[in-house]
Amino acid sequence: MSVSKRSFQLVAWLVVLVSVFVSLACNGGGGSGAVSLQGAGATFPNPLYQKWLSEYSKLHANVRIDYQSIGSGGGIKQLKEQTVDFGASDAPMKDDDLKSAPGEILHIPTVLGAVVITYNLQGVSQPLKFSPDVVADIFLGKIKKWNDPKIVADNSGATLPANDITVVHRSDGSGTSAVFTDYLSKVSAEWKDKVGAGTSPSWPVGIGGKGNEGVTGQVKNTPNTIGYVELAYAVQNKLPAAEIKNASGSFVTPSIDAVNAAAAASAATTPDDLRVSITNAAGPQAYPISSYTYILVYKEQKDAAKGKALVDFLWWGIHDGENYAKELQYAPLPADIVKRAEGKISSISSGGKPLR
Amino acid sequence: MSAVTYQSTWRRVLAPTGNTGDAVFRVLMLLVALLMVGIVVAMVVALAADSMFSIRQFGFGFLTSQRWDPIKGEFGALPFVYGTVASSLIALLISVPFSLGIAIFLVEQAPRYIARPVGFLVELLAAIPSVVYGLWGIFVLAPVLRQYVEPALAKWFGWLPLFRGSITGIGLLTGGIILAIMVTPIISAVVRDVLAAVPGSQREAALALGATKWEMIRVVLVNGAPGIAGAVILGLGRALGETMAVTMVIGNRPQISPSLFEPSYTIASAIANEFTEATGDLYLSSLVELGLILFLVTFIVNGIARLLVWNVTRRTGGVGRAA
Repeated sequence: MSVSKRSFQLVAWLVVLVSVFVSLACNGGGGSGAVSLQGAGATFPNPLYQKWLSEYSKLHANVRIDYQSIGSGGGIKQLKEQTVDFGASDAPMKDDDLKSAPGEILHIPTVLGAVVITYNLQGVSQPLKFSPDVVADIFLGKIKKWNDPKIVADNSGATLPANDITVVHRSDGSGTSAVFTDYLSKVSAEWKDKVGAGTSPSWPVGIGGKGNEGVTGQVKNTPNTIGYVELAYAVQNKLPAAEIKNASGSFVTPSIDAVNAAAAASAATTPDDLRVSITNAAGPQAYPISSYTYILVYKEQKDAAKGKALVDFLWWGIHDGENYAKELQYAPLPADIVKRAEGKISSISSGGKPLR
Repeated sequence: MSAVTYQSTWRRVLAPTGNTGDAVFRVLMLLVALLMVGIVVAMVVALAADSMFSIRQFGFGFLTSQRWDPIKGEFGALPFVYGTVASSLIALLISVPFSLGIAIFLVEQAPRYIARPVGFLVELLAAIPSVVYGLWGIFVLAPVLRQYVEPALAKWFGWLPLFRGSITGIGLLTGGIILAIMVTPIISAVVRDVLAAVPGSQREAALALGATKWEMIRVVLVNGAPGIAGAVILGLGRALGETMAVTMVIGNRPQISPSLFEPSYTIASAIANEFTEATGDLYLSSLVELGLILFLVTFIVNGIARLLVWNVTRRTGGVGRAA
């Protein structure tokens, strides 16, 4: 009896000790006037945002920002439910989504990305070239062989095998798929009618790989495949990248500069709320499968201190933060889009008072 | 007066020994047991509540439709149910003979110095994370299947629709084989323990009556039949719910094809793949309903398996009547 009593007391003391430590550790990080912000959303810009958060926290010790890459859909959902201070999405929010939100939501573009068409084809050394209708026909399953006359027409020098094409696409819902299908819907009426654009389209042919790494794995390991991945992922893993014919009729290699050119070429037609698709952009250097990624915030901030911290962070992001974009293989914003994003950030207010 | 009787029944139920410590312990254990039941019920209720929108929208058609098009807002579960059941069946077809073989070898035939390390290695297989199986599937299994196994199957058994179609190394067959490798350690470990628990007197009796070693093993197997069936059910449960490894090699295409080479899709993979980016209430609700269906499929399959076990034990009476 006494033994069990003693061990009981021991356990009780341990519990007390542990809880004291935990509460100390929780308070220790803070300090007076500390602000904590929560963000959630797109996975595509996550490496950049994590870099931003670590750099920003070095400059501002009293601001703590967390970002969870749970996917664009989840980010929008949590922002609408007001469980996070900012959301993030690759595709701009739809009108219905904006209307059902409890307040006005602003789109702040942060960087640009692109989708690269990659393939596994033995005996072809130079990069393959594709016209838009050929890309659409391959992913529609209408072009079935690598030596199809339509592919040969774009690649006069290459010797293409008479093998079946295996299409590899993303199986998980993804902003990458949304950008790619948005592009296909613009260049092919049949694609728009049969499949449409979205994060999880119903693919007419092919096998699905999970994530960029899943698609890459299937493409690298299976001969005669074609798939699509993010630009950053393709560059880091040195995947073969096809040149795509853009709206001006020139074949463009995917690169940060070509993506930036697509944004610059679309700047004049970019609407006031900055919600825009820049696929199939017109400029001669523009890479046609490019897109913005956005941070989503409420225009009216409930908490002035939090709002102020958020505004300062966003302002830092589109200026100093852009310097980290290229090393992580994202295209920085063109200058005039930065100006317009500044206007958006300046319009954020709390209780009617502007926060900047 | 009534208070006293009430108290005494309370005491009798909770503390039959009259000891307070025992009563506390009983209540604690009862709560733990009830908590488990409560969690299962809460899961079903939550799944049903969240899938109500999709259930109202599609009704029974959700189970029979083969279309899954989130952009157009059309959702049907049949290809996913087919993929889940078919991949698990392939897994069991391959894994059960192997597992029985491993267990019989370890218990009845292998000398101790072999049985222990081999048994340890087999159990180690169960501890490998499923994403590692998936990577191995992509980089090793799929190329081997594409280059050697599938062409051979197509050549010799191509007259069956099962082995026709384009050969990519990714598909239902690959998913089934990965699952088979993953459930083998579970089934063989349990079967090994079951066989080891069969009394040695049974073996001695069989041998004493002039049985060969093979006939003796049959006696042991029949004795252990209910336990073996239980092991298979455990493996089946893992196969039905396995997500990551299958996703990486099954091809993730919601279709019903007679060919084992063609890509397929399982319920668990679909939820894992699409949940993060599912926008729109109907889409989310349909994914939750897929979860509910997986729950029901698991229940039904387990039920059938238990019926089989019951049938076997009733016929053999659990006593060796092998002849």
